[in-house]
Amino acid sequence: MKVTMKGISKSFGPVQVLDGVDFAVAGGEIHALVGENGAGKSTLMKILSGAYSTDGGGILLDGEAVTFRSTRDAEALGIAIIHQELNMIPQLSVMDNLFLGREPNRLGVIERGRMRGESAGWLSKVGAGHIDVNWAAETLSIGLQQLVEIAKALSLNARVLIMDEPTASLTDREIGTLFAIMTDLKSRGVGIVYVSHRMEEIFKICDKVSVLRDGHFVGERVVAQTGFDEIVKMMVGRELKERFPKREVAIGPVRLKVDDLTDDGHITGIHFEVRAGEVMGVAGLIGAGRSRILNTLFGVNRRVSGEVLLDGKPLAIESPADAIAAGLGFVTEDRKSQGLVLGLSLRENITLVHLKKYSRAGIIDRESEHIAVKDLMDELQIRARDAELEVKALSGGNQQKVVFAKWLAEPPKVLLLDEPTRGVDVGGKAEIYHTINRLAAAGSAIVMVSSELPEVLAMSDRILVMREGRQVAIVDAKAANQEQIMTAATEGLRAS
Amino acid sequence: MTAQQKATLQKLGPLLALVAVCVGLAFMSPVFLTVSNSFDVMRQVSINAMISFGMTLSILLGGIDLSVGSILAVSSVLAAMMMKGGYGAGLATGMAILAGAGMGSLNGVVIAKGRVAPFIATLGMMTLLRGVALVLSNGSPISGFSSDFFSLLGGGYVARLVPFPVVLMLAMFAIFWFLLTRTVFGRHVYATGGSAEAAKLSGVKTDRVQILVYAISGAMAALAGMILTSRLDSAQPTAGAGYELDAITAVVLGGTSLAGGRGWIFGTLVGALLIGVLNNGLNLMGVSAFYQQVAKGSVILLAVLLDRGRKS
Repeated sequence: MKVTMKGISKSFGPVQVLDGVDFAVAGGEIHALVGENGAGKSTLMKILSGAYSTDGGGILLDGEAVTFRSTRDAEALGIAIIHQELNMIPQLSVMDNLFLGREPNRLGVIERGRMRGESAGWLSKVGAGHIDVNWAAETLSIGLQQLVEIAKALSLNARVLIMDEPTASLTDREIGTLFAIMTDLKSRGVGIVYVSHRMEEIFKICDKVSVLRDGHFVGERVVAQTGFDEIVKMMVGRELKERFPKREVAIGPVRLKVDDLTDDGHITGIHFEVRAGEVMGVAGLIGAGRSRILNTLFGVNRRVSGEVLLDGKPLAIESPADAIAAGLGFVTEDRKSQGLVLGLSLRENITLVHLKKYSRAGIIDRESEHIAVKDLMDELQIRARDAELEVKALSGGNQQKVVFAKWLAEPPKVLLLDEPTRGVDVGGKAEIYHTINRLAAAGSAIVMVSSELPEVLAMSDRILVMREGRQVAIVDAKAANQEQIMTAATEGLRAS
Repeated sequence: MTAQQKATLQKLGPLLALVAVCVGLAFMSPVFLTVSNSFDVMRQVSINAMISFGMTLSILLGGIDLSVGSILAVSSVLAAMMMKGGYGAGLATGMAILAGAGMGSLNGVVIAKGRVAPFIATLGMMTLLRGVALVLSNGSPISGFSSDFFSLLGGGYVARLVPFPVVLMLAMFAIFWFLLTRTVFGRHVYATGGSAEAAKLSGVKTDRVQILVYAISGAMAALAGMILTSRLDSAQPTAGAGYELDAITAVVLGGTSLAGGRGWIFGTLVGALLIGVLNNGLNLMGVSAFYQQVAKGSVILLAVLLDRGRKS
C-alpha cells in the first residue's frame, strides 16, 4: 500500500500550521519525518491518522482519494498511530487495552477466552509473547507497553504504522528490540512513518527521510544518499555550526562531594565529587538508579545514610526547599508534571523558585518581577508571544527553556539535570547546551543524567556509570566511547 | 482578539449573568432596585460571601472545605459562652475567630501531614465539630448579649446607610484580592493547586500553604458566624448547616475550577451576589419557597453549562 498526502494545508485560527505539504510513504519502507518542534510534524500525522481534518489538499491510498472523518476511518483503511504518550489505561489488563472499544462479545458479554487467545497471538507477532495478557498495563515497562500498542495496531490490520517519538523513554536494549520488530514489520510489507528527534536512529533504521520546516515541506531524501549535516541544514534552514558547543572552562575547587549516599532501597554507596565548572554525566539503563541520585540529593526522597558536602560544608537536606536554600537547582525529568505548573503563565513559572527575590514582606514587586522575566526570556531565547501565556501552549523546547529559566534567576552552586533535552529539537538542544556551558563557566557544578549517550559523552567532563543501584565506574569522557559505557552499564546483568 | 482578551471576556461571564438577572428583576419588581433593598440583598449575601472567600482558597488548592458550617457553629457558641461568662465582646469575637483558624488548621494538618483527601478530612471534621457545638451548648441556643459592639457587627450601619456586614464583606474582598494577586502566598496557592509536585520541587512549602489555607477558611467561617450570631442575638449550635454547599456554589458560579489552580476571588463575590439576588428577587415576586429551590437549581446548572459551552 502507498499513502500519498498532497498539498496538505491546515490552520488553527489565524495560525497556518501546514502550508501545501507533500508526504508519501510506501509499504515495506521506514520513512523518517523530521523537523524542529513546531514544524508541523504532529499536525501532519494527526491528519494522516484521521484525528484532524485538512483545510486543503488530499490523501490518496494507492492512487485513490480518501477522506477520514475520524481515527476509526483511518484505522479501517489500515492506518494506525502510536502516540508518544502511550494510550493505555493503566489499571486495565493488557488484553482489555488491546481490544478496548471493540471487545469480542456475545450479547454484551465479553468472550474472555477468545480475547485472551487473540491477544497472545498478536503479542507473539511483535516478540512479546511472554507478556501475560491478564497483567494490568501499568505493571509493564514503557518498552513493553509500546510493544502492546504495536500489537494492537497490527490487530487492527494496519498497513501503515505511524510512530511518534517511540524511543523517547526506552532503554537502549528496548530500542534494540523495537528496531528488530520494525525491521520485521517492514519485511512483511508494512509502511512505517517514524517521527524522531534522534538523528542516530534515523540513519540506523530508516530508508527515507522527509523534512518539514515552519509548516512547509522542505524535501525528501534517501537516507543512504544523505548525511547528518544536510538533514540538519534542511531542518533549521541554516548551517548548524556545532551540535555540541565546546566548553572552555577552568575547573575550580570541589563544590559537591557525595560520600556513601544510600536511599531507602534504590541506590547504595554512591560517592563522587564535582568541581566548579565541571559537568558530571550519569549514564546507565533506566531503573539503574540515575534519577534516584538526583532526587535523593535534592531531598525529594529520603537519604538513609551518607554525607553530602557543598563547598566543604555538610548539608542537611530534608526537602526541596532546603536544597534550594543551600544553593541547589534541579531540572527534573518530567517537565509536564514536575518541572512546570502547566496552567500558570511563563512569568509565574519562571519566578516560582526565587519569588522571594522579587518581593518584600511577602508582597510581590510586580515591576522587578516583569523585568527579571524579560531578561531571563531573552537570555535563554525563549520564543513566546508574551510572558502571560500559559506554559501549556509552548513547544517542548521552549517549555524546557522555561524550566531552566526557573533556576537561573539565582545561578545555582550545584545544578542537577535529569534528561535535560528530552523531546527538544536539534536547534533547541544546542541552545540548552550553551546554557549548560554558561552555567559551568559561572562556577556551577553540574550533574547531568541522560539516556542519550552521544550527549553524555560530548557534554560531560567525567561520566559516572550506574548499574542496578550501584555505581560501577567513573570514566573520563574524553577517553570513553559508547561501547565502553554500555558494557559497564550492562555487564553481569541477566539477559532478559 | 488575542487568547488573553478572550480569556478575560470568559471570566466576565458570571458578571454578565448577574447584570442580566438584575435588569430582569428591575423590570419585574419596582422595589428591587431601591437603595434599601439593594443593601438588604448585600447584607444577606455577606455571610455566604465571607465563607465563600475562604472556600475559594481551598478550592484553588484542588481541595474543598466541608466543615465551614460546623466551624461557624462552634465559634458562635464559643463567643456566646464567653460573653455570657462576662468577657468583653471584643475579646470573645477575637477568640472565636482564632478558634475558627485553629479548627481550620487542624483540617490542614490532617490533609497535608496525614495525607487524607480534603473531602474526607473536612467531612469528618464537619460531623465532629457539629457534635462539639451541641456538646458545648448542651443543645440549646444561647441568646441575649447586652453589648453594643457585638450588635453592631451584624446590625450596624456605616454612615447610617451601608450595613456594617456589607462594609466588612467588601473589605474582606479587597484583602483576598490582594492576597491572591499580589503576594507570595497567593502565588504559592495557585502553584500548589496547579501542580503540587512541581510546586514542591520548586521549593514551595506546600504543606504549610495547605495548612494556612484551611486556617484562613476556618477563620472566615468564624467571622461569618459572628455576624450571624449578632444579627440573631443568639448563638445556635445548629447554625450554618448546609452553608458549605452555598459557598461551593458561589465559588463554582464564579468560575473557579474544582480541579484547582485556576480561579479568582472576584468571580466568587459575583457568584455569591448572584445567589442572593435570585433569592431576593424570587421573594419579591412572591414565588413559593418550593419553586424557589427549583429555580435556583436550574440557574446553577444553566450557568455552569454555559460556562462549559464557552470553553469548548
